[in-house]
Amino acid sequence: MPNFSSVLYDHYKKFPDKIILHLQKAGNEDIHLSYKELIEGSAKYSNALSSSGINPGEVVVIILQHGLDLIYSYFGTILNGSIPSIMPFLTEKLLPEKYRKDLNSLIEITKPTGIITFNEFQTELSQFNDRSLVKKILISEEINQGKQLVIDSNFSGFSRKPDDIVLLQHSSGTTGLQKGVALTHQAVFNQLESYSKAIRLADKDIIVSWLPLYHDMGLIASFLMPVLTGIPLVLMSPFDWVRAPHRLFRAISEYKGTLSWLPNFAYNFCAEKIRNDDLEEVDLSSLRAIINCSEPMRFSSHEMFLERYSRYGFKASALTTCYAMAENVFAVTQDGIDKPVTIDVIDLEDFQKEKIARPSSEGRQSLKMVSGGKPIAENKIRIIDENGRDLPERHLGEILIHSNCMLSEYYLRNDETQQSLMDGWFKTGDLGYLANGELYISGRKKDLIIVGGKNIYPQDIEAVIGEVEGVHPGRAVAFGLFNEEKGTEDVIVIAEIEALETDKEALICDEIRRKVTQSTAVALHHVLLVDEKWLIKTSSGKIARSANKEKYLLEYVPN
Amino acid sequence: MDKSTVIQLIGSKISSEILKIPGKVIADKEPLISSGLIDSFSLVDLALQVEDLFGVRIEDFELNVDTFDTLDQLSDIILSRINQ
Repeated sequence: MPNFSSVLYDHYKKFPDKIILHLQKAGNEDIHLSYKELIEGSAKYSNALSSSGINPGEVVVIILQHGLDLIYSYFGTILNGSIPSIMPFLTEKLLPEKYRKDLNSLIEITKPTGIITFNEFQTELSQFNDRSLVKKILISEEINQGKQLVIDSNFSGFSRKPDDIVLLQHSSGTTGLQKGVALTHQAVFNQLESYSKAIRLADKDIIVSWLPLYHDMGLIASFLMPVLTGIPLVLMSPFDWVRAPHRLFRAISEYKGTLSWLPNFAYNFCAEKIRNDDLEEVDLSSLRAIINCSEPMRFSSHEMFLERYSRYGFKASALTTCYAMAENVFAVTQDGIDKPVTIDVIDLEDFQKEKIARPSSEGRQSLKMVSGGKPIAENKIRIIDENGRDLPERHLGEILIHSNCMLSEYYLRNDETQQSLMDGWFKTGDLGYLANGELYISGRKKDLIIVGGKNIYPQDIEAVIGEVEGVHPGRAVAFGLFNEEKGTEDVIVIAEIEALETDKEALICDEIRRKVTQSTAVALHHVLLVDEKWLIKTSSGKIARSANKEKYLLEYVPN
Repeated sequence: MDKSTVIQLIGSKISSEILKIPGKVIADKEPLISSGLIDSFSLVDLALQVEDLFGVRIEDFELNVDTFDTLDQLSDIILSRINQ
């Protein structure tokens, strides 16, 4: 039975000189990596891990910036049969203490035996040498100096079984890092098989991506899928892209890219924040699909993008959508490949009041819903009400999924795993409805904020605000509010403060903004300070996020 | 154009267009990027605002704390380019 290592090895044996990865970094020449170079570079990491006594089946945390080291260390860990888990990199904005705390919780829960990082970061990690299972902290610069190994099929990774765990995926923040999605070799292969069919992946495709590898859309669709299926990938740094989004289009033009995955906000961002000068000679006619995924898809975002980029050869038929989550490896549904994405125009009032998506009739206020498409092969969807009963089509409820590519568990978190499953179905926490078998997403049952495709847990923000002087501990609430202009959610915070002179309020606001950004890397859109007893509590005394969001909308947002 | 004018113009533009808190006064030496006041998604916006106001370009590789982090430092860059 195949596993990641054997599949990679097969590609290397058959096409050693095939360029599988073009790595871009601003200010540097592109690096063109063949399967031979990929496996040779990775073998050094595998060797370093095994020499350090790090065994197959053990977790290895990788903390590296975008670059060759990150790629080699990932596949090196796989070749050693160990389980890679990428920890987001410490950026200049994040507070080191907060980062350390997050890293601590990741290490306590996933119990890695190895950490791979770069030289400068070594001292940051030395604390784990003494009081954890970590056997060794490996330094990428040293590993790269290692001698070239003979590539054969003796790597420990070859003996991994299909139902062994191959990798962990985490979302960010204290809460996200505590829930590592554990996936098996077989689950990932099953996903790749169903999903490549759904998007008609073919040899002539070229994938272009700026997405970070600690995110499922980056890791699966825009890294593992191309490398394991032999489709060339052009990979740039998210850091470079966010400062110069036109780089994506330059890369697509240069490499004749055919596929790219983007979160919804990127459509607005690219439509509005790129200078015409930077788009000279850009040609997007090679694109057969850009896939809108990882945050709610908006019709207006597609329209904006099309309007700006059709003059650069971008085709309307290339607008596609996908509903995905790490717990299903990646995709659950896909639309827009063989037909245009369905737009379901529904009656706004019925939807809001009755939670039923009726097609809108003339003269009534309507809402344009963007379809996520039908489930990909071997994937099934149910919509249930609050009592767990199945709902008919066009009724809004929680989305449940069942597939042959689901998570094995939240790694070493049996409690979380049990809570998320119902008779073998995964409870997504997302709200949506089915119409003609296609899925429409309308929001979330769980209080999760998605900013630019990145999951933010409100409890992480609220905990930080509680530490600000002048704020009543435990008396703060954070929630997301969709911003039409940006195409993603804004984060709003409401905090109850002790009676103070008004001149202190500005200081408290600034302090809240500063602390939240340093711990979550997200800038707050609005900080509202209120008097005691403003916030609504549930009967059990907990702050009710959705009720307070409603109150905020009524009192502070026109219409 | 003198430095205080540059600081005032770009400061009020950041408050109203990027932070969406019109009227907020940003101190000359207050960190903008390292403090997270301006998040990474807004850095491009900042460069575009500077270009609109002063007709000079801040390159994408300059959008980091090593190049500037305060209005004071940003205004020096703007002025040196205006005078070129």
